Amino acid sequence: MPLDTLGDPTPATPEALCDLVRGAVDAGTPLALAGSGTRLGLGRPPAANARRVSLRALSGVRAYSPTELYITVGAGTPVAEVAAALAERDQHLLFEPPDHRALFGTTGEPTIGGAVSCGLSGPARIAGGSVRDTLIGVQAVTGRAEAVRSGGRVMKNVTGYDLCKLAVGAFGTLGALTELTFKVLPRPRRRVTLAVRGLDDAAAQAVLSRGLGSPFEVDGAAHLPAATAARSTVASLRDGAATLLRLGGFAESLDYRVEELCGHLETEAEIARLDDAETEAVWAEIRDVGLLAAPADRAVWRLSVAPTQGPALAAELREALAAVVFYDWGGGLVWLAVADRPDAGAEVVRAAVARTGGSAMLARAPDAVRAQVPVLPPLDRVAEPVSRRLKAAFDPAGVLNPGRMYAEM
Amino acid sequence: MQLPEPNAAVLARRAVIARDLRALVPQPDMVIEAEDELRAYETDGLSAYRQLPMIVVLPETTQQVSRIMRYCHDNGIKVVARGAGTSLAGGALPLADAVVIGISKMNKVLDVDFENRTATVQPGVTNIAITQAVEHEQFFFAPDPSSQIACTIAGNVAMNSGGAHCLKYGVTGNNLLGLEVVLPDGEVLRLGGPHLDGGGYDLIGLLTGSEGTLGVVTEVTVRILRSPEGARPILLGFQSNETAGACVDAIIGSGIIPVALEFMDRPAIHAAENFVHAGYPLDVEALLIIEVEGSEEEIDRLLGWIREIAERHNPSFLKVSGSAAESLAIWKGRKSAFGAVGRISPDYYCMDGTIPTGQLPHVLKRIAEICDGYGLPVANIFHAGDGNLHPLIMYDANKAGDLEKAEDCGAEILKLCVEVGGCLTGEHGVGVEKRDLMPVQFTAVELDQQRRVKDVFDPHWLMNPHKIFPLTERTAAAPAQAAE
Repeated sequence: MPLDTLGDPTPATPEALCDLVRGAVDAGTPLALAGSGTRLGLGRPPAANARRVSLRALSGVRAYSPTELYITVGAGTPVAEVAAALAERDQHLLFEPPDHRALFGTTGEPTIGGAVSCGLSGPARIAGGSVRDTLIGVQAVTGRAEAVRSGGRVMKNVTGYDLCKLAVGAFGTLGALTELTFKVLPRPRRRVTLAVRGLDDAAAQAVLSRGLGSPFEVDGAAHLPAATAARSTVASLRDGAATLLRLGGFAESLDYRVEELCGHLETEAEIARLDDAETEAVWAEIRDVGLLAAPADRAVWRLSVAPTQGPALAAELREALAAVVFYDWGGGLVWLAVADRPDAGAEVVRAAVARTGGSAMLARAPDAVRAQVPVLPPLDRVAEPVSRRLKAAFDPAGVLNPGRMYAEM
Repeated sequence: MQLPEPNAAVLARRAVIARDLRALVPQPDMVIEAEDELRAYETDGLSAYRQLPMIVVLPETTQQVSRIMRYCHDNGIKVVARGAGTSLAGGALPLADAVVIGISKMNKVLDVDFENRTATVQPGVTNIAITQAVEHEQFFFAPDPSSQIACTIAGNVAMNSGGAHCLKYGVTGNNLLGLEVVLPDGEVLRLGGPHLDGGGYDLIGLLTGSEGTLGVVTEVTVRILRSPEGARPILLGFQSNETAGACVDAIIGSGIIPVALEFMDRPAIHAAENFVHAGYPLDVEALLIIEVEGSEEEIDRLLGWIREIAERHNPSFLKVSGSAAESLAIWKGRKSAFGAVGRISPDYYCMDGTIPTGQLPHVLKRIAEICDGYGLPVANIFHAGDGNLHPLIMYDANKAGDLEKAEDCGAEILKLCVEVGGCLTGEHGVGVEKRDLMPVQFTAVELDQQRRVKDVFDPHWLMNPHKIFPLTERTAAAPAQAAE
C-alpha cells in the first residue's frame, strides 16, 4: 500500500482499507480517517493515539450518466474534480459543498468524502436539498472490516434501511467511505442576485421569508449585517447591510422572476442587482464562511434555528459575546464569530439556542477548547444511548475516528 | 406468504392483555378485541395477504402510545403500527400474536407556520390534509403518493413515500424537518424541529423508510412549499418504447427538468382511456405525460422547447394542454390507471421496482417476455424521470394457482430491476411482500449490518417483526430473533 509524504497509509481499494481496519481492531489502535484533512478543524480532534489514514487514493469518477442524473465517485475524489466532470455536461451537485480551507487555514484538495462526512451544505440547501438529500448510494468499510453498500444509483429507492443517511455528518465514525453516488441536476445556466440594502436584521429576515415564500424559486437567501458586509470581497456590498436573494435558471425566465420577486418583497429599501462575478464571489464567501475566517483565533459557531428566530438570537449573542454574525438559509442558519473566551462562549450560546429549540455546533475553535467543550449539539437522554449503540453496531471496537463527534464514542 | 407460528404463551394471555391495555387508555372502546371489529384491520393495500391481529388499540396521545409500547415491551408482546392501511407491500399486515397500534385518532394539524414554511402535525393526519391546511396561502406539501387522500403522514414517513412529482420535489424524507418517535421500550425520541440539519447522526433519515420496525411515529414537522404560479402538461405518443425512452433522455439531457415525467405503455393507455376518456391516443405504443411549472410565459417557453426536442423523435401524437380542464383530464387518466386496470382484470398485482432510466426499453421488453412466460397480461406505468416502474400484472385470484403465478412473475421482474442496476422497491417498501427477495439486492454481510441497526432500536424484535428481512436466520449471532 502506498504511503503519502507524511508516512500515512493511503489505501486505494476497499480491500486494502478492510485490511487496515482489521489491523486496527487486532492491535487495539484506532484510526484517524480523513481525506485531505482540510476540515480536520471540524468536530472534535482525532484521538491522540490514532493512526492517521488518508482516503485520498480512493479517487476518481467511476460512473456518470447525465441523462440518468447520477454520478458515482471514489470517496477521496477532490470536490473540484467532481464539479468539473459535472460542469462539462452543464450539471452540478445540488448541495453546494462548502470549501473550508479559508476557515481553517488549511491547504490541499477538499474531498467529496469529507464534504459528506461533515454533513454541511451550502446556500442552495434551502432549494436543492442538503448532502443527505442528494447522496443516493454509499459504499463503506465498517469497523468490523466489512465492505457494505446501501442505496445505489437510482434516486427512488426504499429497499431496506437507508444507511446512506448515516454516512452524512458522521465524521467517519460509522464507516470509512469508499464510494459515493449522488443525484445530480442541470446547473442554472445563469444566476442573479438581488441585494436589498440597509435593512436591520429583523426586517431583513422578513424580506427573506417573503422571497422564500414566493413562487419565484429563490435558491439562496442570506443577510449580511453592516459589520459583516464590510468584510465582503465584493466592494459594492461593503457600505451597509446587504440582504441577498439569489435566483437561477434559464436566462429567458430569469428577468421575469427577478422583476416579480422585487415587487413581492414589499420593501422600500434600495434593491441592487449584482453582476455575475459579484454573485459568484459573495455566495462563495457565504458558503465557505470566508466572511468570518479572519481573525483566525476567533471561535466560530454554526446555529440552526427556525428562520424567524434568527435575528433575536443573534442580537442576544452579539451583545453577550461581542460577536460578528451573518445569516444564511433565510435567516435560519446563523454563523457567529466570538471574541476570545475560554469555552468559546459555549455556555452562553447553548443556553440561548436551547430556548429556541434549535441546535448549535462549534465550527471552529482551538483543539484544546474542542477537546473540552461539546462540539456537536449535546444529545438528550433518549438520543444519547441510541447514538452510542448505533456507533457500536457499526464499529464495536471503536476504531473508526473515535471521539471525533462525542467524547468517548 | 409465510408467517412464523404465533407465540402460544402470548395468545393464551389475550384477555389479560386486553384488560391491561384498557387501563392505559382513557376509553374502553379504544381497545378492540371482538373478531368482527378486528376484521377491519386484517389486511392493508396488499389485500391478497390477510391476518387477524390479536388486539387493536387506538391511542390518542403520545403519552398513551408510550405507555402501550412500554407495556408490550415489558411483556414481550409484538406491536404493529398502522396508519390508514394503504401499504401495497403488506407493511401494515397484522400478526396473530401482535397488538396493532392504530394512530387514526391522532389526526390534528398542530401548527402551520408560513413564515418558516413548516407544518407540525399528528401522525394520523392524511397526506392531502396537510396541503389542505396550507393551500389557502398557496402553499402545499410536496410528496403526493397516489393514495394521498387516505394515507397518513406517519405511513408516509414509515415507507418514505414518493409520488409523481419526486423528480423536482423529492420524496417524504426530503421534506421532513422534525420527528417524534416512540421507541419500542416506550421512550419518546424527539428529533429535529423547525430548523434544518442540526448535526449528529441523521436519525430522522434512518427512521424514515424503516417501515415501522424501529418505532412508532407520533408527531411530524414537514416543510411546506409555495405553489408554483401554474403547471401544464404536454402529451406525447410514440410508436415504440425505445423512441419514447430516447425522447426522455433528450429532454433531460437538454437541461430541462420537468416537474413530472410519466410513461404509460399500450395496455395502460387503453385501460385508462376506456375508463375515463382522458383524450389519450389509442394507436401508440408509448405515451409520455410531461408537466412543467412556472408563469404562463415560462410554461409556454418550456413546452415549446420540449415540443422541439420531441419532434426530432417523430412522435405520432402530440398535444399541449390548452386549458385547466384539459390538464385535469390528462392527469385523471394517469391517476386512475391502476383502477382502470382493475376494471379489465379481476385482480392485479402492482410492482414497484426502480431502474436506471436508460434501461427502460430493455426492461419493458424483458417484462413482456417474463409475463408471457406465465401467460399473464401486464400494463406498465412508469415515473420515467426517476426510473420508478409500476408493472401491473393481471391475474384472477379465483383461479387456482394464479396468485402464486403472479407472485413468481413479479419476483422475476424485480430481480431484473436489480440486475440492470436498480432496486426492488422505489416507493412502496419491502414489507412482507419483497422480504424474501432482499438477498437478491444485498449480501449476507449487508443484511446482517441492517439487522444490527434493528437491534439498536428494538433488541427483542417486537416492532413489526417478520417484515423487511427474510425469515431465514442471520449468519451472525442473532440472540433476540433466534430466541423467539
